[in-house]
Amino acid sequence: MSKKIIMPFGPQHPVLPEPIHLDLVLEDERVVEAIPSIGYIHRGLETLVAKREYPEYVYIAERTCGICSFIHGMTYCQGVEQVMNLEVPERALYLRTIWSEYSRLHSHLLWLGLFADAVGFENLFMASWKAREFVLDVLEETTGGRVIQGSCKVGGVRRDIPCDTLDRMVKDLDGFERELQDIANVFLNDESIIGRTRGVGMLSRDDAYYCGAMGPTARGSGVGIDLRMTGYAAYGKLKFTPAVETGGDCYSRCAVRVKELFTSIDLIRQAAAKIPEGEIEVKPKGNPDGEYFSRAEQPRGELVHYVKGDGTKHLVRSRIRTPTLTNLPPLVKMLAGCELADVPVIVLSIDPCIGCAER
Amino acid sequence: MTIEAQETTVVEQDHLIGLVEGYKKQGYRLVQINCTKVGDLYEINYSFDLKYQFKNLRIVVDGKREIPSISGIYWGAFVYENEMHDLFGIRVVGMNVDFGGHLIRTAKKNPFANPTFRGEDACPKK
Repeated sequence: MSKKIIMPFGPQHPVLPEPIHLDLVLEDERVVEAIPSIGYIHRGLETLVAKREYPEYVYIAERTCGICSFIHGMTYCQGVEQVMNLEVPERALYLRTIWSEYSRLHSHLLWLGLFADAVGFENLFMASWKAREFVLDVLEETTGGRVIQGSCKVGGVRRDIPCDTLDRMVKDLDGFERELQDIANVFLNDESIIGRTRGVGMLSRDDAYYCGAMGPTARGSGVGIDLRMTGYAAYGKLKFTPAVETGGDCYSRCAVRVKELFTSIDLIRQAAAKIPEGEIEVKPKGNPDGEYFSRAEQPRGELVHYVKGDGTKHLVRSRIRTPTLTNLPPLVKMLAGCELADVPVIVLSIDPCIGCAER
Repeated sequence: MTIEAQETTVVEQDHLIGLVEGYKKQGYRLVQINCTKVGDLYEINYSFDLKYQFKNLRIVVDGKREIPSISGIYWGAFVYENEMHDLFGIRVVGMNVDFGGHLIRTAKKNPFANPTFRGEDACPKK
């Protein structure tokens, strides 16, 4: 039997946009065990709930993540609205759905670019990020912000999208979808991508379910959980089927994200066709008194914002459980038994967002 | 907007492990564990989900007594339990992966155990 050695991976590594450290226990080139360690960018955002009044805290919630900021803000607002029993106007719910799906497109394209870079496919990286610019331009035009949208508030949304803009957005999706089909074809069929990802980083269905895998990490192992099916925002009025793959490897997780690009486009089209006229916000009265676990589907999986109020303008507790935090134990399972050279690809396959996970 | 029904059951700490085992047998997944300081006590919520049915078990502890780990039942629970230890100082016994207080690096030990600035101005004048 070979001698075991421990090799540090991260917190700084070319494949990691954010810092996470792994102690890799190796036997020759094979990983026997991986022990994760985070905490390099813990910001204590949850404690700021004590300093910011509940309507202002949405700005903090949005800044939990620079990629899915809108969904963070929306999930927090949903929680407070539920505690305060606020009936949010339907138009606002549709707008939230549209911006959520653009955020998902933005996040998945960003990840696909990083993934292409991790497997050494630079042209594909550039093609993915070029396509992502289209999404960022739409977000900038409709919300004013490319990264932090700031368009969600307790009781609704801050901005409306005029009907003519919405029509143009839907028309522009046709060309965008064609561009994505070319990119998707490479991700799903190129030999070099398949060679680096198929059979790598295996996660069984049971491990995915009981270790807490969420989002594409779970759906790539055949666990068809997608919180959009609960019908929050306007999802209850739209039709879609979650993308699920059963391979349980890096290829399957990549394929789920590729397929979700087209699901998002379809959902935006449906929402744009059904969005009603009307108000976009309702004014909250009083302060939240109660608690709620608000859940939504982020690009990386299930997001939970727990809010608890005691009738004052400051909440007692905001707890943000992000999908990356819950995807860490499955990552440990995936890494056990893999080759050292595959570690960067496997780590990236869960789409780690450490800023989110540490808050 | 579809509102999700949520059920919270307050249980004795001694019954926690048996109830969590029951959830696992029924096929529930662990959604999260979180801790909230309420007065001098800590509310610890264990959330589970099966086919989008959300259930929550709650224990209320004083922070002095150790609580049992559920990582023997749900393997991935160790991240939440270590986090709860590092941020609130809750002592959890029997974790399958124990970081010994080093999962989350904080400038101050157990920073969420004694939040002292509730209601202060965001940027107090010096």
